[in-house]
Amino acid sequence: MAEMVTLSIDGREINTPAGTTILEAAKDANIYIPNLCSNEELTPYGSCRLCMVEIAQGKRARLVASCIYEVADGLEVKTNAERVLNVRKLVIELLLARNNKHPALRKIADELGVEETRFPVEQKGCILCGQCVRTCREVVGVSAIGFSGRGITRKVATPFLDFPPDCIACGSCVYVCPVQFIPMKEEKDVRTIINFDYPMQKCTKCGRYFAPIKQLEYFSKTTGLPLEHFETCVDCR
Amino acid sequence: MKARIKEIIDKYDTDKGFLVPILQDVQREFNYLQREVLHLVSAFLEVPISQLYELGTFYKAFSLEPRGRHEMKLCTGTACHVRGVPLIKDNIGRILQIQAGETTPDLEFTFETVNCLGACALGPILVVDGEYHGNISISKTNKILKKLGKKVKIDEES
Ligand code: SF4
Ligand code: FES
Ligand code: FES
Repeated sequence: MAEMVTLSIDGREINTPAGTTILEAAKDANIYIPNLCSNEELTPYGSCRLCMVEIAQGKRARLVASCIYEVADGLEVKTNAERVLNVRKLVIELLLARNNKHPALRKIADELGVEETRFPVEQKGCILCGQCVRTCREVVGVSAIGFSGRGITRKVATPFLDFPPDCIACGSCVYVCPVQFIPMKEEKDVRTIINFDYPMQKCTKCGRYFAPIKQLEYFSKTTGLPLEHFETCVDCR
Repeated sequence: MKARIKEIIDKYDTDKGFLVPILQDVQREFNYLQREVLHLVSAFLEVPISQLYELGTFYKAFSLEPRGRHEMKLCTGTACHVRGVPLIKDNIGRILQIQAGETTPDLEFTFETVNCLGACALGPILVVDGEYHGNISISKTNKILKKLGKKVKIDEES
């Protein structure tokens, strides 16, 4: 059992194992903090800045991103202080400037009472939360996509914008994106992600196209089982 | 190419922790980080190509495009800016027929801007192949370009 710490969030006393982030602790206590880049399956990253909270330890109070800040004994956290709400408003305005259409962003804007952003809207779509890149790296384990550039030119990209050689077409990036930025479609024997085509495997028994061949090859490689084992769909296996 | 890359990587004991210095050496050897080269580095080090591409596009010191034989860096920091850098910048661009950040098609010149070189008292500053030229003017930059073999028409001098 991990060591426990006691902190307060919005005046409520909370006991939680050391090493938990403030965001996790709040979630466990049913205290809502908006967030867009945090994901339980991934290493905390802290890029969207929506989850800002005010913390005080002793006299000094400051703002931190709750998804990357670990709890500590005696910490006093305020998730709704005026200062906090002001930063969050600014953050959501900045995010809206990249994408002012998506319901997930609009919902958070509504919660914060922000109607429109005062920044010029560039409609980039992607909010650079990095969930796709991190999922591909940490969960899938192939790291087929990454970021390119920095600052205002930062983008999610395949290496050299080419067909990504390491991609197994699993679609996890598509699934994890909070704003559905990465398009994917499936037509019978091909799965298309962005504009890259991946042939699908036909089940040797029922004849249904059920998974991208690249993904099955990857399964075979990581499990050491022969490829034939994966050429039959789960239902027929 | 393969052998040379292997040599560079061996020098760092094939240690993934040295990605940046390895890429620096590789770029020095091959002028820029071309696709094939990065793919070989990726294979030798067993580092996904996406991560090398990320680094290559992140740092200004790396280039995924061919670099010119001569490198010109013009400071556009505040102190240099107020001393007339915008005109000098236009002039260089006009003579080389490229925008800042580009390389001439004959691969002779790469022209870039930087934000403050930390020697403001000497501004405006132009760094040519690592050599600092302080207090530059349009005519001085024309002389420098001429010396590097660029034909500068008289009417472009002022
Ligand atoms: S594509 Fe989606 S998941 Fe990936 S960084 Fe952009 S917003 Fe996040
Ligand atoms: S959730 Fe904390 S910075 Fe995005
Ligand atoms: S502004 Fe040019 S050196 Fe500082």
